[in-house]
Amino acid sequence: MKEQLLQIKADAEAKLAAVDGDAALEQVRIEFLGKKGALTAVLRGMGKLTAEERPVIGQLANEIRAAIEEEIAEKKEALKTAALEKRLLEETIDVTAPGTTFPVGRRHPLDQVEQTLCDIFRSMGFTIAEGPEVEYDTYNFQKLNIPENHPARDTQDTFYITDKVLLRSQTSPVQVRVMEKQRPPIRIISPGRVYRSDAVDATHSPMFHQLEGLVVDKGITMGDLKGMLETFARQMFGDSTKLRFRPHHFPFTEPSAEVDVSCFVCGGKGCRVCKNEGWIEILGAGMVHPNVLRGCDIDPEEYSGFAFGMGIERIVMIKYAIDDMRNLYENDLRFLSQF
Amino acid sequence: MNLSINWLNDFVSTKDIKLQDYCDRMTDTGSKVEGYEVLGGDIENVVVGRIVSIVPHPDSDHMVICQLDFEDGNEPTQIVTGAQNVFEGALVPVAKAPAKLPGGVTIKAGKLRGVESNGMLCSISELGLTTHDVPYAIEDGILILQEDCKVGDDIRDVLCLNDAAVEFEITSNRPDCLSVIGLARETAVSFGRPWTLPTPVVTEAGGSIADYLSVDVEDGNLCRRYAARVVRNVKIAPSPKWMRARLRAAGVRPINNIVDITNYVMLEYGQPMHAFDYAMLDGSHIIVRNAAEGENFRSLDDQDHILDAATLVIADEKKAVALAGVMGGANSEIKDSTVTVVFESANFDGATVRIGAKKQGMRTESSGRFEKGLDPENCMPALERACELVTLLGAGEVVSGCIDVYKGKKAPATIPLEPAKINHFLGTDLAPDYMERILTDLGCTVADGKVTAPSWRADLESMNDIAEEVIRIYGYNKIESTPFSGAVTAGSLTPRQAYKERLQSLLLGMGLYQANTFSFVSPRNIDKIGLPADASERNSVVISNPLGEDTSVMRTTLIPGLLDVLSHNNAYGTQSAMIYELGHVYLPHESADELPDEPLMLALGFYNAGDFYTLKGMVDAILTDAGLSRIRYASCKTNPTFHPGRCAEVFVRGNMKIATLGQIHPTVAANYGFNQPVYVAYIPFEELFAVASFKKQYKALPKYPAVTRDFAFVCQRALEVGTIEEVIRKAAGKLIEKVELFDIYTGDKIDADKKSVAYRLTFRSPDHTLTDEEVTKACDKILAALQKQLGIGVRG
Repeated sequence: MKEQLLQIKADAEAKLAAVDGDAALEQVRIEFLGKKGALTAVLRGMGKLTAEERPVIGQLANEIRAAIEEEIAEKKEALKTAALEKRLLEETIDVTAPGTTFPVGRRHPLDQVEQTLCDIFRSMGFTIAEGPEVEYDTYNFQKLNIPENHPARDTQDTFYITDKVLLRSQTSPVQVRVMEKQRPPIRIISPGRVYRSDAVDATHSPMFHQLEGLVVDKGITMGDLKGMLETFARQMFGDSTKLRFRPHHFPFTEPSAEVDVSCFVCGGKGCRVCKNEGWIEILGAGMVHPNVLRGCDIDPEEYSGFAFGMGIERIVMIKYAIDDMRNLYENDLRFLSQF
Repeated sequence: MNLSINWLNDFVSTKDIKLQDYCDRMTDTGSKVEGYEVLGGDIENVVVGRIVSIVPHPDSDHMVICQLDFEDGNEPTQIVTGAQNVFEGALVPVAKAPAKLPGGVTIKAGKLRGVESNGMLCSISELGLTTHDVPYAIEDGILILQEDCKVGDDIRDVLCLNDAAVEFEITSNRPDCLSVIGLARETAVSFGRPWTLPTPVVTEAGGSIADYLSVDVEDGNLCRRYAARVVRNVKIAPSPKWMRARLRAAGVRPINNIVDITNYVMLEYGQPMHAFDYAMLDGSHIIVRNAAEGENFRSLDDQDHILDAATLVIADEKKAVALAGVMGGANSEIKDSTVTVVFESANFDGATVRIGAKKQGMRTESSGRFEKGLDPENCMPALERACELVTLLGAGEVVSGCIDVYKGKKAPATIPLEPAKINHFLGTDLAPDYMERILTDLGCTVADGKVTAPSWRADLESMNDIAEEVIRIYGYNKIESTPFSGAVTAGSLTPRQAYKERLQSLLLGMGLYQANTFSFVSPRNIDKIGLPADASERNSVVISNPLGEDTSVMRTTLIPGLLDVLSHNNAYGTQSAMIYELGHVYLPHESADELPDEPLMLALGFYNAGDFYTLKGMVDAILTDAGLSRIRYASCKTNPTFHPGRCAEVFVRGNMKIATLGQIHPTVAANYGFNQPVYVAYIPFEELFAVASFKKQYKALPKYPAVTRDFAFVCQRALEVGTIEEVIRKAAGKLIEKVELFDIYTGDKIDADKKSVAYRLTFRSPDHTLTDEEVTKACDKILAALQKQLGIGVRG
């Protein structure tokens, strides 16, 4: 009987090896393990065995049953895996075919740069101050130490609403508005639209954007102004950026400076962007004029401060090598989608 | 200001400094150099030659063959020319091949109609000059030299072309630097070298000015000083070569000796001068007065002006002869026949000159200088220099004596010198005597711890000004950078600024591009978006001096700008576009002298990117993101910008209007070149921010299951589903969680005027599993309410 059992096992294994589907597998199970199956038939003959033989053969039969059952289960799993693989293969798609378009909007490049500037200054503790674009002459000029008929007014051809009201020609009036309301320490920036009576061409626009900054506190020095602008410039234009200060004149700061950054395209060696000078003029700055402080009821003997301002269009145009300013106001998607 | 380096070297020697180094240092100390030009730098190998013989060209009837001698021991050089004015013995400029001429022209040896020619004889224009530079020359012929020169001389030396002109951009606070002397002073201090300022010496020829002239100044505040001298026996002639060359280097056109002297002195001293013909005066009395209201005046450029009382004039007893500080009158202009000249060197109030010039629409070199505020102390030296030049040029005889009415003398400003304070302010550690030296070199007097500013530096008023003088000479770039300390400030955003950012992130996430359009627009925009004659949007802030009508009023709505952007993109063939602009509108108050309100508005819109419901979904997203619920849409048939059947107004908090959205009216769309539908939503940002709420509180996740029931109702086609939903919500009681419309059917399975609407209602209780009975009870209430209030029932 033992031989018979071993033969059954061998037969079952041989048949299982040839099985290629769930139905055939079931067939094999019935053939060997079913009520009328081969193993059952052998076990029915157990009665003829001796008392010594019976447990031995019984154990062997149980072992063989368990082995066949396990092999069937394995086979079943293998068939399942194979079937899945086959199905997945059939589901193959062309991954190089185009994806479904998902619209993603973009911020205007002017706003992107403005936001970067704001982020940098906010990280240095500046808050963002806002002021009106339609402004009093007093704030745009007089309180900035530019009295009526001052020749400095010529450099900013101004749009007027009435004799007293104008479109601000600079973001500087926000300085005054802040200093009138807030006591030092003051650390603000103010980005926004400004207006000058320039006809539109590749490098001029009657409306453009500036960002103004103001710091007022006890003991602020010109060295502090340089230190702060250097930190800013390195964050904005790269770690190796250098600054160059040139004396200049703004009525509301004294001393005043124009500030150049080393060309971030060529690193200062000279290229088309910096017109071979290695430097790009980027902002104006200076120590707040005592008349301006006094006009806002801040004692210049006790407090000092610095202010700076830059044109956002200029930075955008240099940064992205845009050669025509008009692009910035046409809002052509073929342009906007590049940024 | 264009500075001739030769002229500069009269006062301070810069011959050992490379031009580029000179420019760099001057920029560093505050006199910004815009660029420089080496005059005659593009002329090479052009020398004086003598024509020794002329023979006709064998193959040309208009060319001749010249032999040129350079007295260099060589055989004469043969050159062919087509000019008619050459003659044997003439001295002419010869471009000896190979040579270079202005404009990148190179001259090589070659053959002209078979005859060898080893260069070119030059006309003035070929040398880059005009008859203003060389008055005796003719335009269309070879320059026959009448200069004191020898054969072989370099033409650049002969015609004073060996100069360089440096272009300075001088800031408005430094009119003293609009002069050779002012820049010489700056040069001397910048390079730490000595300089000399000679005192002009006038040779008086007798007579007495009192016999010629008396002067009255009516208002010493408007004319602080009026100095004058008279020159008789004037011989009008061209000025000498050196003067013409220097004027030319400074960018001024030479005219005649008298006019050139006034310009020369203006450039050298920074003091505008005026010369007028004494013979044209009525009487011998000059009055500096305000013009009479409506007074007529013809300026020497032959323009007629009607003056008003704000304008200052120089007048004789009967008429105005000059607009003070602006321009002389045609009636007293220097002519070739002039024999007696009055030189005026005066100081006029800057604001008065500025107003006068502006009113007459004539900015001149003179008015541009006066309006910056000039130094009255400079009047006399300038006048003396002019008369010194008269004698030097042999242009006339200076009558003895001079007139000097000086009513506006002011004491110079005195400022304490506080080196410690200056160092602290600058963040430097400069020695007090170093500061003193710089200030003294700049012309200040330092004594007893006080700085007295020189008369030409009215801009020096306070410690800051003194600090700037010191630091600009020491070098801005030598200041050590320091991190500034002080109270810690937080660079935080205000809630409004934070919401602005959040809102834009959402808009970008929905696929909208940000646009930036001009704040000033055409008033016709309001017509273009179909608004009526009495629309409040027509009440706008009007610019009094606009560039043009298209940019003449401040926008009161963003919709036209947004439609312009969509239209532009459509016109340029962009298939579809989704755009937003978040910007200010400007809403005036009753008085234009009051500042307008500048609320922020949001406009968004698209074409070929969806329909009304796409737009509505966007608005829903914006409002939901702002923490708003109970959003009510109501159809709006009366907004002329929008399609009357496809426009909604959106309300929150009951009746607070928060948005308008819809398809743009086809007529309006056509105004923007669209024949396809365009959709726009318009949301006032300030109102939205006012009702937005970002307070969040955790609500436990539901513990008990929800029950859903689906119903289809049949109703009139025109009935808005919003109405149905409202009735459902009101009737449903507490258990309703969600009311979802999932289908609207119209078609042949239903009456033509009817539609079927299908809803899925979700019910849930926070504290128990709902029973079938509870849900049925709630549904029955809903069905009853629908039947009663709207007369609609479940679809059979």
